[in-house]
Amino acid sequence: MLSKQISVFIENREGRLGEVLSVLRENGVNILSLSLADTSDYGLLRIIVDKPEEGSKALKEKGFSAKVSDVLIVEINHEVGALSHLMEKLAKAGVNIEYMYGLSLHGETASVIIKTKDYQKVQEIMKK
Amino acid sequence: MIWSKNETLSREELEKIQFERLIDTVNTVYEKVPYYRDKMIEAGIKPSDIKSLKDLQKLPFTTKQDMRDTYPFGLFAVDKDELVRIHASSGTTGKPTVVGYTKRDLDTWTECVSRIACMGGAEKSDVSQICFGYGMFTGALGLHYGLENIGSAIVPSSTGNSEKQIMYMKDFETTLLVATPSYALRLAEVASSMGVDIKKELKVKKAVLGSELMTDAMREEIHKVWGDDVLVTSNYGMSELMGPGVSGECEYLDGMHINEDFFIPEIIDPKTGEVLPIGEKGELVITCIFKEALPLIRYRTKDITRLFYEKCKCGRTFCRMENLSGRSDDMLKIRGVNVFPSQIEEVILGVSELGPHYEIVVTREGYTDKLEIRVELKEMTDEYKELERISKKVNSRLKTVLGLDAKISLVSPNTLQRFEGKAKRVKDLRGDK
Repeated sequence: MLSKQISVFIENREGRLGEVLSVLRENGVNILSLSLADTSDYGLLRIIVDKPEEGSKALKEKGFSAKVSDVLIVEINHEVGALSHLMEKLAKAGVNIEYMYGLSLHGETASVIIKTKDYQKVQEIMKK
Repeated sequence: MIWSKNETLSREELEKIQFERLIDTVNTVYEKVPYYRDKMIEAGIKPSDIKSLKDLQKLPFTTKQDMRDTYPFGLFAVDKDELVRIHASSGTTGKPTVVGYTKRDLDTWTECVSRIACMGGAEKSDVSQICFGYGMFTGALGLHYGLENIGSAIVPSSTGNSEKQIMYMKDFETTLLVATPSYALRLAEVASSMGVDIKKELKVKKAVLGSELMTDAMREEIHKVWGDDVLVTSNYGMSELMGPGVSGECEYLDGMHINEDFFIPEIIDPKTGEVLPIGEKGELVITCIFKEALPLIRYRTKDITRLFYEKCKCGRTFCRMENLSGRSDDMLKIRGVNVFPSQIEEVILGVSELGPHYEIVVTREGYTDKLEIRVELKEMTDEYKELERISKKVNSRLKTVLGLDAKISLVSPNTLQRFEGKAKRVKDLRGDK
């Protein structure tokens, strides 16, 4: 499933993440999943939310650098080897993954968020 | 429009006026200012030794230190009774420098600024908003009187309260903006944050900018936010010489015309004090030849520029000074390399992903100078490699320009300090310089 992700630029400074989260709270934007990686100077916060356009607009108004981009949410079975299987299939098809993080568990299944330029290919593979 | 017929005098006519005024000035300071008389005696010069304009070179220089040593009125050539106005520079280190004006000096000042304002397109029909701090600083009142003299309606909004500034601009239909280049950018940011469409809702068509140097890249940035059809000119002056009104750009934007019937410019080698041949770059030295209260002789401005004397397409014959490459004061020496903040600014403004605000931080670790540039990220990306690419691009361009390696720190928009007066973008944290 194609989905929207918000990326936010965050300098490594105390309280900066909290500021982003409070903007989302004030605007009633709910976070479904999140990934935060950092370098020594800054980090990129990537979030999947229920209202991506509104969330991004609110953040920009508060002076944050934010951007909405497309990512794929892929549902897999919640069992050993499921992710490994998926990766093998994607590798075989020549799909290059830019980055990836987990979404959530719903009983039998789990989801991963994948950033790739070849999302059509992935969607075709998943239909098979 | 050309304000004064003096601006189109032939070189011969102009030099005649300059020489008469120079002789008057030298006689006056010799007679009335003991500090100058002592300096001239020490240099072995009498007023009668000045037989041509070229003999100006024989006179000793005046520096900011001379002004401090004679604080507050030691260099004044008139009695205090004659003064009608006193201004002072900010004086960030030690005592401020004090400047005074007689009635005639104020008229001269007004005349000079009217000319500069006309070069920047000012007309009687303009509504001119002056976003310079009113007070001891000469910028605001200088532009105020000069523009009023043309017949323009003045909005003396001063600095601060930027939202209100935008409101005045919209409601009063301001057509001419007076500000520093960095405050012009700041006002545009504030307008956007208020939801005001600058190009559609505001009527500003002329920006007469001064009090800090404007690089070409900065001018482009100003055009981007204020519109391509806005005439953006810079002008030059300093309180010691009079305030704004020493020189300004006309619509051809090819150097700033110096009001040569009031000021004689020279370019010297800042190290040796030797006068350099025409066209060479060096420190600008100015002699005030028509001032009563404070006629400075060969004042060292510390500004780096070059002069050229070709007639301008606008018809003015006064010589022009190139847009400043920096102040010898602002020059940083980093790992032995001379660095002007304007060089760094040019690089930053040339990278479209970055905003125009920046901060230069110089520190020392052990015996090594470290240069850090903090700059705001304007175009967001969701990939680290893209952020790295931007940092590397700035770093390698700086390396080409300066030959120095700099750490590039990207920060969020609107997090660096904004300035209403002169921007202070350099933080030199090295203990000894």
